[in-house]
Amino acid sequence: MSERFFPDSMPAPLASATTLPWWEAAAEHRLVVQRCTSCEHTRHPPAPICPECRSGESDWKEVSGRGEVYTFTIVHRPIAAGQELPYLVAVIALEGSGGLRIISNLVGVDPGEVAIGLPVEVVWEEMSADLAIPRFRPVSEEEPR
Amino acid sequence: MSGRKAHIVGVGETRYTRWGKIGDVTEHALACQAIQRAVEDAGLSMDDVDGLASFAEDRNEAVFLAAELGLPALRFANMVWMPGGGGGCAAVSNATMAVETGQAEVVVVYRSLCQGQFFRFGTGGMDATVPADPAPPTVRQADSMMLASLGMAMPYGLLMAAAAYALPTRRHMHLYGTTSEQLGLLAVTFREHASRNPRAVMGGRPMTLEDHQASPMIADPHRLFDCCLESDGACAVVVTTAERARDLDKPGVEVLASEQGAPKGYAFGPFTNANIPDALYATGGCEEMADRLWAKAGLGPGDVDVAQIYDHFTGCVLMQIEDYGFCKRGEGGPFIESGALAWKGGSLPTNTHGGSLSEAYIHGLNHVVEGVRSLRGESTSPVENAEVCLVTSGACVPSSAVLLGRR
Repeated sequence: MSERFFPDSMPAPLASATTLPWWEAAAEHRLVVQRCTSCEHTRHPPAPICPECRSGESDWKEVSGRGEVYTFTIVHRPIAAGQELPYLVAVIALEGSGGLRIISNLVGVDPGEVAIGLPVEVVWEEMSADLAIPRFRPVSEEEPR
Repeated sequence: MSGRKAHIVGVGETRYTRWGKIGDVTEHALACQAIQRAVEDAGLSMDDVDGLASFAEDRNEAVFLAAELGLPALRFANMVWMPGGGGGCAAVSNATMAVETGQAEVVVVYRSLCQGQFFRFGTGGMDATVPADPAPPTVRQADSMMLASLGMAMPYGLLMAAAAYALPTRRHMHLYGTTSEQLGLLAVTFREHASRNPRAVMGGRPMTLEDHQASPMIADPHRLFDCCLESDGACAVVVTTAERARDLDKPGVEVLASEQGAPKGYAFGPFTNANIPDALYATGGCEEMADRLWAKAGLGPGDVDVAQIYDHFTGCVLMQIEDYGFCKRGEGGPFIESGALAWKGGSLPTNTHGGSLSEAYIHGLNHVVEGVRSLRGESTSPVENAEVCLVTSGACVPSSAVLLGRR
């Protein structure tokens, strides 16, 4: 079992047929972005049509899981029972994603140490056997980029 | 066309309270009350009304209201197709289109909100006091596009608007050096305006910048006093043609221009969309729409005498001020510091009723009501000889705005 940061009571993902493959990849600890097979434009969240060339064909591109903090907030009110406060919600700019960002959490960091531009990497939290959530922590010193 | 140019001829509201305090009347009955008062204020009869419009997934369906209020016929019923407070001015806009095209003669725009009778915003229906379901957490089916969109944000605990809109505000601070004190000054200014307004829920509660800075942190940089109130209440405005307006006792307020919409790729805004273009991320997302609004009216920011700007959070007001061109991008903080928003001596007196931060949170339709009052000379913080008022709806979501004028 992976390290846990949030309780089981956190809201579970709600997925449509379009977004479900993203969560299925996450369950395998693969962070992916949807890529248009016609023009290679990437998009997130997953959507049925490429907004650039309007092609309906797409595949999934795995990204490194590294990135940097684009913006963040330190939240002092719980959403779910048993949640540690405060917690960090952040937007992460993903390396090698074609310029995409995702909403996630920052974990394993003192809120006072967080700044926009902070280099981070993905850490997978296994909420259950078939649900893994990508969260992010500062890039560790011993693993230079 | 000029005889059919849309005017707002009546405004009305029920009592406003803190959320959950109206339990003796249903939310639906409150909607009826607000509509009746607005029609009465207009000097019209319910027999004149043939259209109803609302927004934000209003639970009070027009067809039931029309039957209960005894409308002779319902010729136009409309709900703005987006959730949240972005659609208030769009509902006025839709009413405007209906009367100007002859689809209807008299349309009432309404919003009724009793969060205590339903669920409270910001929780997403979650209750942090209820322990986890013993079943292991797993991905569930989203029943709608909106839930599929929220479904990409909620596993991270992003369900509260105060946290969602902290994200662009934090980035604005990073890019331009905007401070919590500047946001606080905005809240203090609106509270001062509320002090003269007997309808204002926080009218009797003065606030200083020190009070703001000492208020608990909710979602950094949003302190409690950066967040709007949560209220129970209802309000309504009556839209009809210039021709009908001429026959009424009170002066009509002309809808000079109205616009609605969202820029490319915006979707529901930063709440669920991390990929708003970089140039738009630390904005209210209204700049493109504002340009359309000014062009349609043949006016610019310098022509505005008084503004009612949707204030769900202080930072969202600051970013809208920049979006609408009252100052340059990034200069919203110093603009607020200059005292520009103050009723007394400000270059842009804003939220003269106290706004959602201090009057009440009726999803911003109360800002339209105040816009009309400010041009009729009926505001409790009157701006002398005001001829043009900008009213905006929720920013950082698909938004809308109207420019009101007194000739």
